[in-house]
Amino acid sequence: MCLGIPGEVIELLPDQPDLARVDVSGVRRVINIGLLTDDPPVPGEWVLIHVGFALSKIDEAEAAAALQFLEGIGQAYADELEALAESRIE
Amino acid sequence: MKFVDEFRDADTAHALAAKIAALCEPGRQYKLMEVCGGHTHTIYKHGLEDYLPESVTLVHGPGCPVCVIPMGRVDDAMALASEPDVIMTSFGDMMRVPGSNGSFFDAKAAGTDIRMVYSPLDSLKIARNNPDKRVVFMAIGFETTAPSTAMTIMRAAQENLQNFSVFCNHVTIIPAIKAILDSPDLRLDGFIGPGHVSTVIGCRPYEFVARDYGKPVVTAGFEPLDILQSIYMLLLQLSEGRSEVENQYSRVVPWDGNPTALKVIGETMQLRPYFEWRGLGFISHSALSVREKYAQFDAELLFHVPGVRVADPKACQCGEVLKGVLKPWECKVFGTACTPETPIGTCMVSPEGACAAYYNYGRMNRHRVKEAVTIQVGRP
Repeated sequence: MCLGIPGEVIELLPDQPDLARVDVSGVRRVINIGLLTDDPPVPGEWVLIHVGFALSKIDEAEAAAALQFLEGIGQAYADELEALAESRIE
Repeated sequence: MKFVDEFRDADTAHALAAKIAALCEPGRQYKLMEVCGGHTHTIYKHGLEDYLPESVTLVHGPGCPVCVIPMGRVDDAMALASEPDVIMTSFGDMMRVPGSNGSFFDAKAAGTDIRMVYSPLDSLKIARNNPDKRVVFMAIGFETTAPSTAMTIMRAAQENLQNFSVFCNHVTIIPAIKAILDSPDLRLDGFIGPGHVSTVIGCRPYEFVARDYGKPVVTAGFEPLDILQSIYMLLLQLSEGRSEVENQYSRVVPWDGNPTALKVIGETMQLRPYFEWRGLGFISHSALSVREKYAQFDAELLFHVPGVRVADPKACQCGEVLKGVLKPWECKVFGTACTPETPIGTCMVSPEGACAAYYNYGRMNRHRVKEAVTIQVGRP
């Protein structure tokens, strides 16, 4: 929750400019990118996601490091991914 | 995992450890606080204290959002959840936090409608889908989650949703750091600044620590080498007699934070005169409530909140742990009555809590573990 999870932006939702589809460890879900209006992400870029909102853009190396860190936390990250999989932001 | 190696190379770690040792003045003790629970986790997972000279002590700070929620506030949330037609929604982290009559999980098992959500926006969706119910979102967290709650309130206002509200428990990290600096119990030499909170607030808010208290602050990333590098940067400042704010995690943290996130927090929330933190007591201007403009979404105005202050269980020493006065394993119930499966205190609930981090990695004290530890730095 407090720790961001890295996701790769797959597509921007054409009819909803605040939303984007991301891939987080193979889980594809919609998140809100409305907090990155100064520098909106494009498909192929990585973002750090907190509770369904992208809070910052990161590069691929940082995303890999962040992912490894989260996987090291173990169950908590598994729980977070499970929660994300249940999420239906619209 | 070619990317990760550069953050975990064992040779680099040993080189940094040697540079850190070289900076330590003989006879001087250094106490550095890592504010963020994520950092605590890295330190124990990778046994980073074993890389440091005996004279450098890492003190674990209050930066774990569920750990600082006082018991009375959990009880308040339970009272809201048991009101007629209410669906209480909460992050998974909150579900096991004990109140005086059990946790959200216990209440859910007993039939109260409490649902776990990933995002406050999921809570909003539950409200849309259940127009005959009153959906309350239990908002917790530091500046990492406050912007999400803020955006959700603004969205609810746009949609003019009548059955959604927020029980706001957002806290802000700066007053907690100030309370620790003002605490007579603890003499600290510097701070490892939080990583993800700083993506929102930036580095400027820490300037008072350097300017008014003469202590260096280095905002740090979560990899083992990030932490060692930050400790090196802190000790270098101390050895040169400097106290400045430096950003070790500039690859993620902008100096000015995320202005949009700060703007939406300011739009929807205001500072409370004071708020109780578990273990730290009442701290002035340390938490956020919903602004009057958005009063229709403020659960504290819509429902009766008992607001009874509840003392922590006598055996629990989370307060001392959160202030860094006690090491987790020095608590009387650590690992016996209090474990991650049956937590008495909040520090054992969250993986970001200092007690859970200690417990999960079996690190009791640095002397005991020295020979047993296999340093994971450098391993793929």
